[in-house]
Amino acid sequence: MKLNIIVLAKQVPDTRNVGEEAMNSDGTVNRAALPAIFNPEDLNALELALQLKENNPGSRITILTMGPHRAADILRQGLYRGADAGVLLTDRAFAGADTLATSYALAAAIRKIGEFDIVLCGRQAIDGDTAQVGPQVARQLGLPQVTYTRKIIELKEGKMLVERSIENGIELVEAPLPLLLTVDATADACRPANAYRLLRFHRAAIPTEQATEGFRYAEQLAADTELQLKEWSLTDVDGDATRCGLSGSPTKVRKVENVVFQAKESKRYSASDEDIKALVSELLANHTIG
Amino acid sequence: MNYYTDNKVLRHYLSHPLMQRIVEMQENGYTQAAKFNYAPVDFAEAIEGYEQVLNLVGELCAEVIAPNAMAVEEDGPKLKSGRVEYAPATEKNLDIFRKAGLMGISLPREYGGLNFPRTIFILIEDVVTRADAAFGNLWGLQDCAETIHNFGSDEQRDRYLPRISSGETMSMDLTEPDAGSDLQSVRLKATYSEQDGCWYLDGVKRFITNGDSDVHLVLARSEEGSVDGRGLSLFIVEKSCGGVHTRRIENKMGIHGSPTCEIVFNHARAELCGSRRMGLIKYVMSLMNGARLGIATQSVGLAQAAYSEALEYAGSRKQFGKEIVKFPAVYDMLNTMKARLDAARSLLYETARNVDMAGQFSNLSRQRNLTPEERNESKIFAKKADALTPLVKGIASEIANQNAYDCVQVHGGSGYMRDYVCERLYRDARITSIYEGTTQLQVVAAIRYATSGYYAQLLDEYLSVEIPDSIKPLFERVKRLSDSYKLAVEKVQSLGCQESLDFLSRRIYEMAAYTIMAALLIGDTASNEELFASSLCSFVALAESLVAGHTAYIENYTPEILGIIKDNIK
Repeated sequence: MKLNIIVLAKQVPDTRNVGEEAMNSDGTVNRAALPAIFNPEDLNALELALQLKENNPGSRITILTMGPHRAADILRQGLYRGADAGVLLTDRAFAGADTLATSYALAAAIRKIGEFDIVLCGRQAIDGDTAQVGPQVARQLGLPQVTYTRKIIELKEGKMLVERSIENGIELVEAPLPLLLTVDATADACRPANAYRLLRFHRAAIPTEQATEGFRYAEQLAADTELQLKEWSLTDVDGDATRCGLSGSPTKVRKVENVVFQAKESKRYSASDEDIKALVSELLANHTIG
Repeated sequence: MNYYTDNKVLRHYLSHPLMQRIVEMQENGYTQAAKFNYAPVDFAEAIEGYEQVLNLVGELCAEVIAPNAMAVEEDGPKLKSGRVEYAPATEKNLDIFRKAGLMGISLPREYGGLNFPRTIFILIEDVVTRADAAFGNLWGLQDCAETIHNFGSDEQRDRYLPRISSGETMSMDLTEPDAGSDLQSVRLKATYSEQDGCWYLDGVKRFITNGDSDVHLVLARSEEGSVDGRGLSLFIVEKSCGGVHTRRIENKMGIHGSPTCEIVFNHARAELCGSRRMGLIKYVMSLMNGARLGIATQSVGLAQAAYSEALEYAGSRKQFGKEIVKFPAVYDMLNTMKARLDAARSLLYETARNVDMAGQFSNLSRQRNLTPEERNESKIFAKKADALTPLVKGIASEIANQNAYDCVQVHGGSGYMRDYVCERLYRDARITSIYEGTTQLQVVAAIRYATSGYYAQLLDEYLSVEIPDSIKPLFERVKRLSDSYKLAVEKVQSLGCQESLDFLSRRIYEMAAYTIMAALLIGDTASNEELFASSLCSFVALAESLVAGHTAYIENYTPEILGIIKDNIK
């Protein structure tokens, strides 16, 4: 069957390679010092979407992101890897959104996209690590959801069999379509960008970029509609301004503390079997392991 | 990590003035954009596209290919019922490169290729071979498709080339147990069957890289009773048609991930590529020139890997309270490695551009008659390509070995252990000065350009560039090198003794190569002083010591010495 798949992706600062200039002296993130990248688990989600498309020819993948204009780059990266279309949700009204306001805006955009069978997104973003946006989007849209997805086993008669990671193992769950899956890093790594698509889709642009001086591919965009990326504002998705951005965000950060863990007491164990057994039972008893 | 963006020198070669013409010809005046949605609309977009693909390759090489190299080598290819099974990590590498669309780099778009010029293919190969020389072989063999493109029929092009673009692998089956450097003695038998309307091959090929490929190019004797190169033709054999199997994978010193096979043809169905009798004298010569440039590139990739590994180790390893890179004995080695690397690369891209332009004209000549000016220009590029290819193949491969040697030395005892990349580089580099023609054979191919004065003429051309005052003193020193080289050639010719010329040719060859590399670095420095000035300074000093040493040898040489030498090794 032909599927309409939506992949939610976020442009995030690359927190995996943090240098000395990564934090400002006031404790906020110095975004200029960190390259903006495709959130890693969103790439796992995109890979599962691409596999679904391979197994269901004629399917269509739309990649949706919310952010400033430069986040259009994430849409292009999605297209390089095989997505079919891109939507950037961008408006000053969305700025300062917490997870609730973000999921509200994304849900509004998904409604605007219209028909869909599956929404895929990464489990969490490496900048906030909340793992809340996916589940909240599902809730806002009234969709069933499977979190921590690692593999899609099969899709049959409107139902999907999914393998998800749980502590110490995996779980098989079945869920009806349409549904939302959050995907974790144990899923297949995303395939690379494809050179042919790179050479074609590097021209893809949102209207704001098309209007900037020196944009060179107006003619190609007119001829090749797949190069036209969508750019939606709050009004485009019929959003309620009070539920977006800072005003729609109940989360208030009062203070950020830098907590450093330090060993306050230490114990010594020898390498004997008895000592190792004692150590293991102690760790089990205080739930450090197990 | 990214092996393209971390090396600014690569980008420099995209900006060479000749690139504009190369791309213009490759893109046929940018006329393909209407037909293919990934074709560039102009030069700026073409270059932007090359950069983006190089960026992708650089990332895949640093993040996937290089980290896989150890597993590729340790598992290695296995022989199972006459077929080669690649190591799992090799399969992974191939899968990623196929998905990334990197298997038909220079094939035309009509055949599903990216239609990148030769020079860009070389840049990509430079990055790939730095990550894993063995994988570089499997991937680089896509270049064999050029032979089908250049000499095959329209129908063969339509049938084979799209398959190569989508990732089927190739091999060139030339060597036999009794025909290595001397390919004229190839015996593999080709017989034409009137009944079946096709050729059949019978015999054995040895030392065939990727010998269980999907599409083989095979040199075979089609003219019964002939004994020399004129009785040989080139054939295409498909694995899927059967009749060809691998009976042995060689156990080699290095490039373990690249299966070197002994293959048996048993009444294997084959089709002729091009015309009969032209196999060796035309097609294989062209194929070998391409392959030699490929090995020169692999050598530069290895020399780069060796330098990068050594630099990183020397910066982190501490002895006597400081990083070893701070000791003169160590930074001397690193500086020499860097200078040799930049020099070899400069010669590589000079060669690549000329091979590229010669190829552009030969493609054009197949579409229409060339104007007299074009014919003339075409000859100039072709001659430069022919003269520079053996020079860069020999010298770059020797430099790869020198850098690999120094890389192990910088690592000290750790470098002798299997735990570090450098010992693999050391073993991998060793083949580069042997396969596709030993350095000694490159000297044989190159020496006529020394005796004819052609290299001297090239030196004059390279040294006629405008230079900033800041490098004037170095420029003068390179001019003196050029004078010493010319004197040495004169002296050798004045001996009037063929055996002496043969005997001294390696030294003349090295003098020519080092002086030409120094002259090319002058040009690079003139256009990008920041990037090349320090390598130029170091390399000129290196070239001076080599030229001075060889000059002394040649000055003191008399033909009588040959007798003493022969006595010595009795």
